[in-house]
Amino acid sequence: MPDWMTDLSVWLRVGEILLGAMVILLPLLAVVAYYTYAERKVVGFMQMRLGPSRVGPRGLFQPIADVLKLLTKEVVLPAQANRGLFLLAPLAALVPALGAWAVVPFDDGLWLANIDAGLLYVLALTSLGAYGIIIAGWASNSKYALLGAMRQAAQVVSYEIAMGFALVGVLMLSGSLNLAAIVQAQSGGILDWFFLPLLPLLLVYLVSGVAETNRLPFDVVEGESELVAGFHVEYSGSAFAVFFLAEYSAMILISALTAILFFGGWLSPFEGTQLAQAVPVLDSGIHWWLLKTAFFMFCFLWFRATFPRYRYDQIMRLGWKVFIPVTLIWIFVLGAARYAGYTG
Amino acid sequence: MAFQTLLFYLFGTVLLAAATAAVTLRNMVHAALSLILSFFTAAMLWMLLEAEFLSILLVLVYIGAVLVLFLFVVMMVERHTPTIHRRRNYRIVASAVAAVMVAELGMALLAPDFSPTAQPLPAPLEYSNTKALGSVLYTDYALAFEAAAVALLVAIVGAIALTLRVRPDHHRQNPARQSRVRKQDRLRLTDGRSEPPC
Repeated sequence: MPDWMTDLSVWLRVGEILLGAMVILLPLLAVVAYYTYAERKVVGFMQMRLGPSRVGPRGLFQPIADVLKLLTKEVVLPAQANRGLFLLAPLAALVPALGAWAVVPFDDGLWLANIDAGLLYVLALTSLGAYGIIIAGWASNSKYALLGAMRQAAQVVSYEIAMGFALVGVLMLSGSLNLAAIVQAQSGGILDWFFLPLLPLLLVYLVSGVAETNRLPFDVVEGESELVAGFHVEYSGSAFAVFFLAEYSAMILISALTAILFFGGWLSPFEGTQLAQAVPVLDSGIHWWLLKTAFFMFCFLWFRATFPRYRYDQIMRLGWKVFIPVTLIWIFVLGAARYAGYTG
Repeated sequence: MAFQTLLFYLFGTVLLAAATAAVTLRNMVHAALSLILSFFTAAMLWMLLEAEFLSILLVLVYIGAVLVLFLFVVMMVERHTPTIHRRRNYRIVASAVAAVMVAELGMALLAPDFSPTAQPLPAPLEYSNTKALGSVLYTDYALAFEAAAVALLVAIVGAIALTLRVRPDHHRQNPARQSRVRKQDRLRLTDGRSEPPC
């Protein structure tokens, strides 16, 4: 027997990683469930409706009822569907959306993995999420699903470029690909956060994030008025629920990353002032990260209730002819500023 | 057996199986997905060599972008009619290419500084793969790097020039004009009577 198998510290480390993953993923699943409730409530109020109000006080148990309903329904396999790929697709969408959370720093020293190329890892995993949708569209043997998947592939590949370029700006200011180091590079109070010097890149990143997760106003992938429901039109029951889970955890991930990359993560806006020293709550901590993430999660719902859906050619134009030139010019400006001695 | 060795053989087996599947499967979508699996496993092998930057980049660029487009094209091919033409002259060319590749691999394996039991040197704690690659790429190999960038640019321009066809009946959207439209341009208010009074 090899000696690592009898080494207790190896198994303790494995147990630690598994436990850490549970501690991150279980709350995440609960947040996803109540994010759907928040979405229906927020959009409802924005449209002068009440939203769900029947199950439990103020409809608070609605997500639980929805989950139970989805789990007890049959997963229908369409005729001529590619059975294996049809069932693999929801998992292929979910795994990258959950896996990216491994490197997210929640607080100073509070993370599951602190890898050197953390930002690249997140970018790589979010780009893998496209496969779930493409495979689903093809394996369903339905023209609507296939059309949705084709739109998704084109849209995600286009916006990934703008997203990657927007992150180059973050790298140039922080000098690191490590997410914790990026947060630490922003310490010093609200004026030292990256959102000010990187304002155009922040906007590009946020909008590309909405497009990457196929949320309104970029949801031509689902486009219920043209494509019924796009790539997941043939999915039902728990397989549909997994797609839902993947989409919402990707939205939460984009919100979390926006908070970390541009708004100082766990850092307090009052950092270093006398106020922060007097009142402990106002000092840096995980609650600031939660607050910032929650704000961007709300923005996703806000966008949905505010903007009409983009036309397909407008999406392509925005990605290629507006965002990519804007990011390239700003990278050049940042390079010139760094050369002149500006350090962010 | 060390844990790394076990992982190496695991990834190696998966890589070989996926690569074999990619060239033997009849269903082209399955073949493309096998190719994706083999790329991903290759990235994991690089990770074992502690080349984490290159490894993640392989996933990001090849799997995350190039193979998405690949899959995109393969899916557009008619499903039940495999379009692989079996021609003998292809087989000759393919065998020649394979022979060259086997010869090159053999030369690499027989090289004096190649050892099947060699392990990567354990990196010092402060070592950053990303930083090391970046500093080499932008100083020692800056010219080669720029030449590669120019070659890619030429390829982009060439690809666009070759595929850009402007049809005479082409309908072009002008978003600037579309968003400049105001209510007065489209809406005409009348006095609301739909029929003449009697």
